Amino acid sequence: MRTVDLSQTSLRELNAALHRLKPTTNETHWRVLNPRGRHAIAVGVDAPITVEIDGHVGYYCAGMNKEATIVVNGNAGQGVAENMMSGRVHVKGDASQAAGATGCGGLLVVEGNASARCGISMKGIDIVVKGSVGHLSAFMAQAGNLVVLGDAGEALGDSIYEARLFVRGSVGSLGADCIEKPIEDHHKAELARLLEAAGINGAVDPRSFRRYGSARKLYHFHFDNVGSY
Amino acid sequence: MCGIVGLFLKDRALEPELGALLARMLGTLCDRGPDSAGFAVYGAAVPGSIKLTIRGPLTHDYAGVVHRLQAGGPALPYAVRDTHLILTVPAERETAVRRDIAAMPELTVVGSGRRMEIFKEVGRPDRVAERFGLDTMAGTHAVGHTRMATESAVTTDGAHPFSTGADQCLVHNGSLSNHNALRRELIRKGLSFQTENDTEVAAGYMSWRMQQGDSLEQTLNSSLGALDGFYTFVVGTESGFGVLRDPIACKPAVMAETDRWVAFGTEYRALVDLPGIDAAHVWEPVPAKAYLWERH
Repeated sequence: MRTVDLSQTSLRELNAALHRLKPTTNETHWRVLNPRGRHAIAVGVDAPITVEIDGHVGYYCAGMNKEATIVVNGNAGQGVAENMMSGRVHVKGDASQAAGATGCGGLLVVEGNASARCGISMKGIDIVVKGSVGHLSAFMAQAGNLVVLGDAGEALGDSIYEARLFVRGSVGSLGADCIEKPIEDHHKAELARLLEAAGINGAVDPRSFRRYGSARKLYHFHFDNVGSY
Repeated sequence: MCGIVGLFLKDRALEPELGALLARMLGTLCDRGPDSAGFAVYGAAVPGSIKLTIRGPLTHDYAGVVHRLQAGGPALPYAVRDTHLILTVPAERETAVRRDIAAMPELTVVGSGRRMEIFKEVGRPDRVAERFGLDTMAGTHAVGHTRMATESAVTTDGAHPFSTGADQCLVHNGSLSNHNALRRELIRKGLSFQTENDTEVAAGYMSWRMQQGDSLEQTLNSSLGALDGFYTFVVGTESGFGVLRDPIACKPAVMAETDRWVAFGTEYRALVDLPGIDAAHVWEPVPAKAYLWERH
């Protein structure tokens, strides 16, 4: 395991070292000490490695992640895992605004709460928040799943496209063109898969969620394109 | 942009370190607001007296000013910190002293109160803090601001904190959209403003609410309806410390609390040198919710 102490090594050196890794690297486990709220830690990683960060991080941690598993043993600032392509980002504390924004793939798990605009403009990422999410979450969400075990704030799913939203607790209000939809068996199976991937094995019943999605009145939805989502 | 820091001490043993702790917090946020900075520190009161913070030109002869203001009466204790003069005035002499200061056009009273001292200048925040000797200041609570100007010019007058009432100050990250209308309304109610700045209007509104008898909590809650725009505010009063974010909450905010202190930072980075931060409860204040701490 490689340990990088950010009180000794610059953030730029850390990120450059991570960017140099080839897919076949043997350096598959990294530990980062003393993040002290720095921005852009472990951004743009493109290798099947694990990076564990011990402490709170600033903005855009694990942004654009591909393949890697990035674990934050603390809270994350704005835009954690923004534009993630694949891999897994796991925040052990709370996440600030715009967690998982514009993400195209992979799984973001937040153990605590995520604040406003969680999953804004998500494009295929799966997000599981074990606490609650703030207002305007899944704003203009295009594809992927947002699973919230707690509550959602106001204007959930405003101007949503084809992302699927599952909330177990209360919803402050639904945004424009976002409606409640029935949960079919294939949704329950998908939920069970996501809950398991987030480390919740059987403790939460997929039937305890309600599903929300687009009324398809605000944008030009064509059924022929449903496979694209 | 802009950066805000605030520190409210619960443990009296930390009071001598208040200024040093705040200076490090403020220095960290230089990159969020490099054009000017300011801070308010709530230090010891002198019974029966009020402290006036007066700003003048750098090379001003403050000893001569104080001599003139004493006007042959008892000595007025004072301290000079760079461009600012802190003058301790017995309450019964405040009106006369303020009248005499008003006759000296090069001087401005930037704040007053039993405990509050307020300092602000144009320049890099860490250098501004150094010029005023923030790291030597003691007290119970303090707020600071690093400014990246958007709504009005880069001047000392436009720097935060704004103080529109005794022992009251406010720092702001964001921009208000209804400040002109609200300023006119407050002027009709008898308030006066020194700048065209939006933040001064927010401070004026809160001072007006407190003059009307509202508590700090009531004041913060009514601000949610009265003020339109983007804001994260940190407010100081003689014994209180409040935080308020607008309902949309575009402007970032982080808080941390231990049994020794409560701290606010625009970013978590500003809090990392506080004692015991690793075990602190760290959270993001919820939009449109007033947070406050009072010292009794």
